[in-house]
Amino acid sequence: ALGVGGLAGRAGAQEALEPNSFEEITTYNNFYEFGTGKTDPAKNAEALDIADWTVTIDGLVDNPGTYPLAELIGGLAVEDRIYRLRCVEAWSMVVPWQGIELKDILDRAGVQSGARYVAFETAVQPENMPGLRRGVLDFPYVEGLRLDEAMHPLTIMATGLYDRPMPKQNGAPIRLVVPWKYGFKSIKSITRISLVEQQPATTWNDLAPSEYGFFANVNPNVDHPRWSQATERRIGGGLFSSRQDTLMYNGYDEVAALYDGMDLEAQF
Amino acid sequence: MARPTATAQRINGALRHVPAWTLYLIGAAWMAFLFWQALTGRLGVEPINALEREYGDVALKLLVAGLAVTPLMKYARINLMKFRRAIGLLTFFFVLAHFSVWALLDVQSLGRVWADILKRPYVTIGMIAFLGLIPLALTSNNWSVRRLGRNWRRLHQLVYGIAILGAVHYIWLAKGFQIEPLVYLGLILGLLATRIRWKRLLPARWAEA
Repeated sequence: ALGVGGLAGRAGAQEALEPNSFEEITTYNNFYEFGTGKTDPAKNAEALDIADWTVTIDGLVDNPGTYPLAELIGGLAVEDRIYRLRCVEAWSMVVPWQGIELKDILDRAGVQSGARYVAFETAVQPENMPGLRRGVLDFPYVEGLRLDEAMHPLTIMATGLYDRPMPKQNGAPIRLVVPWKYGFKSIKSITRISLVEQQPATTWNDLAPSEYGFFANVNPNVDHPRWSQATERRIGGGLFSSRQDTLMYNGYDEVAALYDGMDLEAQF
Repeated sequence: MARPTATAQRINGALRHVPAWTLYLIGAAWMAFLFWQALTGRLGVEPINALEREYGDVALKLLVAGLAVTPLMKYARINLMKFRRAIGLLTFFFVLAHFSVWALLDVQSLGRVWADILKRPYVTIGMIAFLGLIPLALTSNNWSVRRLGRNWRRLHQLVYGIAILGAVHYIWLAKGFQIEPLVYLGLILGLLATRIRWKRLLPARWAEA
């Protein structure tokens, strides 16, 4: 697998990561549109209709519109990225993604000078998503990044894993992956990308602002109110697997500069 | 009180020859089966959390079952009294198993167990419920029943509060708005409501009617 293009030194670090198995990555998911159980997405996501998928780009962009997937990403470089995935629930995996840097997509859309945030929205397919009927969250699922986070070379829009098209339970056909943030930021099955001036609403933050911050950077020193974030359990170790220490920014220290001068206890 | 219906009579008749110890056997086998499933990957790729939840789930179901014994007798004349002690003790053992998986396999350190009990309200509540079950388990024997007399009844009414704490513990740890934990709380509150002597609460002239 190739390292991160343009980031010297990262490729070696990525090689050291041992990816989880395809089975682990595709049977242990949070995708509440398909149920709250970890195995519900694997059972139910087959119903997701990904034919004729389009993504709407709007807001402060030069080229707004609703684009078929092929048009959105056609011709852009697809890269391999082996990333750690750290869930806010204190478990983790390593996933070999294929994807396109979000920056490439945003550059093609033409980000206007007033834009400061990027907002994302997940598809809503009531007939295909049993989770919508249960009202666990306010759907559609929405997420957002600050523009500099979105433009960071580590931030990708993934279209596959293990060199296969993105499995539906993992967010087919296109999803965000921001490896230094808790997994819930990496929104799945995206249908809308909006460039906006104000910090957009995000689903978990709206539901429980004291538990899920807008930034949601992986941080072992700031606990979730209901559990510690100091350690995590790597999926795949079986019944007697030991916890391991959680790394600041999930080990992606190169993003630290994005948060210079911020109080990470307050803006978690 | 209602006369037992044909169905109730049939159930009572069928259960007459089932000794209470069969429940212990089933409970122990179920606990071991769940552990074996977790050990062999049959509870998914993250077996620690899965086993913890399975044991907790069985414990809640047993709490509900235990609280249902009296109302079933009172309203349906279905007699499960001889199983009540076994249901109660199995509840304790499943909570013990739930706690053990959490402390030993999940949290994995005494310091972190203690920190969680102090800092996290849903853990605190779960711990209180667990500690509350200990005196009930210790006095679930004939000698204690004789020895404690009226106080035995009073002591074992602790289970009403423990059941509520158990349901709140589950509601509190769920993410988002989930139905299942609320169903347990509803069932438990409903079963407790059957124990309220409404006539006592009403003015005397209403009670006459």
